[in-house]
Amino acid sequence: MSEVSDYSSRLSDPRSRKLGTFSYLTQMDGDQVRKQIQYIVDQGWNPAIEHTEPEYASSHYWYMWKLPMFGETDVDRILEEIELCKKANPGNHVRLIGYDNYKQSQGANMVVYQAPLDEKREERMEIASAVNAYGMVHK
Amino acid sequence: MAEKTYNAGVKEYRETYWDPNYTPRDSDILACFKVVPQPGVPREEAAAAVCAESSTATWTTVWTDLLTDLDYYKGRAYAIEDVPGDDEAFYAFIAYPMGLFEEGSVVNVFTSLVGNVFGFKAVRMLRLEDVRFPLWFVTTCPGPPHGIQVERDKLDKYGRPLLGCTIKPKLGLSAKNYGRAVYECLRGGLDFTKDDENVNSQPFMRWRDRFLFVQEGIEKAEAETGERKGHYLNVTAPDVEEMYKRAEFAKEIGSRIIMSDYLTLGWAAHQSLSKWCRDNGMLLHVHRAMHGVIDRNPKHGINFRVLAKLLRLLGGDHLHSGTVVGKLEGDREATLGWIDLMRERYVKEDRSRGLFFDQDWGQMPGVLPVASGGIHVWHMPALVSIFGDDSCLQFGGGTIGHPWGNAAGAAANRVALEACVQARNEGRELEKEGKDILTNAAKHSPELKMAMETWKEIKFEFETVDKLDVAHK
Repeated sequence: MSEVSDYSSRLSDPRSRKLGTFSYLTQMDGDQVRKQIQYIVDQGWNPAIEHTEPEYASSHYWYMWKLPMFGETDVDRILEEIELCKKANPGNHVRLIGYDNYKQSQGANMVVYQAPLDEKREERMEIASAVNAYGMVHK
Repeated sequence: MAEKTYNAGVKEYRETYWDPNYTPRDSDILACFKVVPQPGVPREEAAAAVCAESSTATWTTVWTDLLTDLDYYKGRAYAIEDVPGDDEAFYAFIAYPMGLFEEGSVVNVFTSLVGNVFGFKAVRMLRLEDVRFPLWFVTTCPGPPHGIQVERDKLDKYGRPLLGCTIKPKLGLSAKNYGRAVYECLRGGLDFTKDDENVNSQPFMRWRDRFLFVQEGIEKAEAETGERKGHYLNVTAPDVEEMYKRAEFAKEIGSRIIMSDYLTLGWAAHQSLSKWCRDNGMLLHVHRAMHGVIDRNPKHGINFRVLAKLLRLLGGDHLHSGTVVGKLEGDREATLGWIDLMRERYVKEDRSRGLFFDQDWGQMPGVLPVASGGIHVWHMPALVSIFGDDSCLQFGGGTIGHPWGNAAGAAANRVALEACVQARNEGRELEKEGKDILTNAAKHSPELKMAMETWKEIKFEFETVDKLDVAHK
């Protein structure tokens, strides 16, 4: 029998938390993010940026960074806003959304910056986990 | 002109029901039948007979015909067309006036359209290929409890197909072991797991035990991954009281989604359940056991596109649609046709996809097509390309059959799915570059690498039985 590998996901390990679309891939580099922004623009969707503290990532609502960038098609402009959001909210995850107003939904939603977890942050995530027991994900 | 005098006896159907000059009204229900008449029966007569038997007529003239406005109530066979590549069959187009049907009753419409007429001697074989539901009928039906957008919002999942797995073996697991299989799939990255259609409440696993163990697995996987998840708890039951009892319990313990088998459960019971789901914030996954009996014979029965349309009217948030690429039957173009009918607001007639009529769905929400059956990671590029984001891709054996178990199998599928979506968004051609995309993604995912090695050689290459009608096949 060939070697069987263990699947290393743990309730007690904050690194096991996932963040939706693309969170099972390696973090995107600048060029990859640029291509995803281009895709959103090409679909005619409205780009928007949101961020949150990692311990509250499973909430439906993250903090909006300003307002959705209605009608913005300049990829560099959108990249610049992502950087501004990151700088203003150190330690927070940042995600990019493409609002599809025809479907009244989000055509795209992906984390473009996953904040590294330091010891202090891990502790806070564990507290948040413990407080909510299994109820960390809101119904 | 309506007849003013009563002449008893048998008339040819075409005298009353064949009307090639008729222009269908927007309010008519339109049907396209594929008809193989008995030898010697002219096409017009066979078409008129189908029309008559599925609307107002009986075999002989009756005096009571004269008490009604038969000219209004009768159906009209208004067109006949050759079936490409088939000499014995033809298409008959029939228009039915709105007054013939009860509002909001799919049951009533089909009791006429596929009722006695299917046993009628004048036709040898008969298949209902398509039905155009007018907007007045669409708006009187309940439709999906939530629809695709609401489901995405509730689950907080965007920009990719959803990912599921049917728990195997189909039958025989204890409730606790079953819950284990669910938990392992979900913690590995799936959005959903599913009861198999024949899992109801057998002695080896009663429904209540299953629901409780499964729910514990879901909640732990949600806490572990931080993502919302669900398991389609099958509430298909021997009677509706039992069905509601199971649905209520699923709600009580916090399940997000339940499941029904709309053909074996019965359409009236299914529509009731669907209405209950909207009232109770419960998503509804719909399986289609028995459809092959009805839709697989190319010359007799009901085409699946009609069964898909009527499910959207009865209500359901997910419906199995075939995979095109897996172990189960399904012609690619025809499948694309009916997944459009499930999801879109307006679908244009397109014979290359087997769509005989324009179909306006008004504001009725869409149903998420589910591709399930005999698929694995190597199919992922084709599936993402064929189905797009608004779909649910379900890998049963393709998850649980992973050499390292369900969690690894789930992770492999999730990585493969996300890699394909990312590549598609970057403008790459999935079906051409699939191998490269998956191989690249597998560099960072030992689970995917292992899955690709396990299923490399498996293919399903049988010919499709129910193909679209095309010349020279």
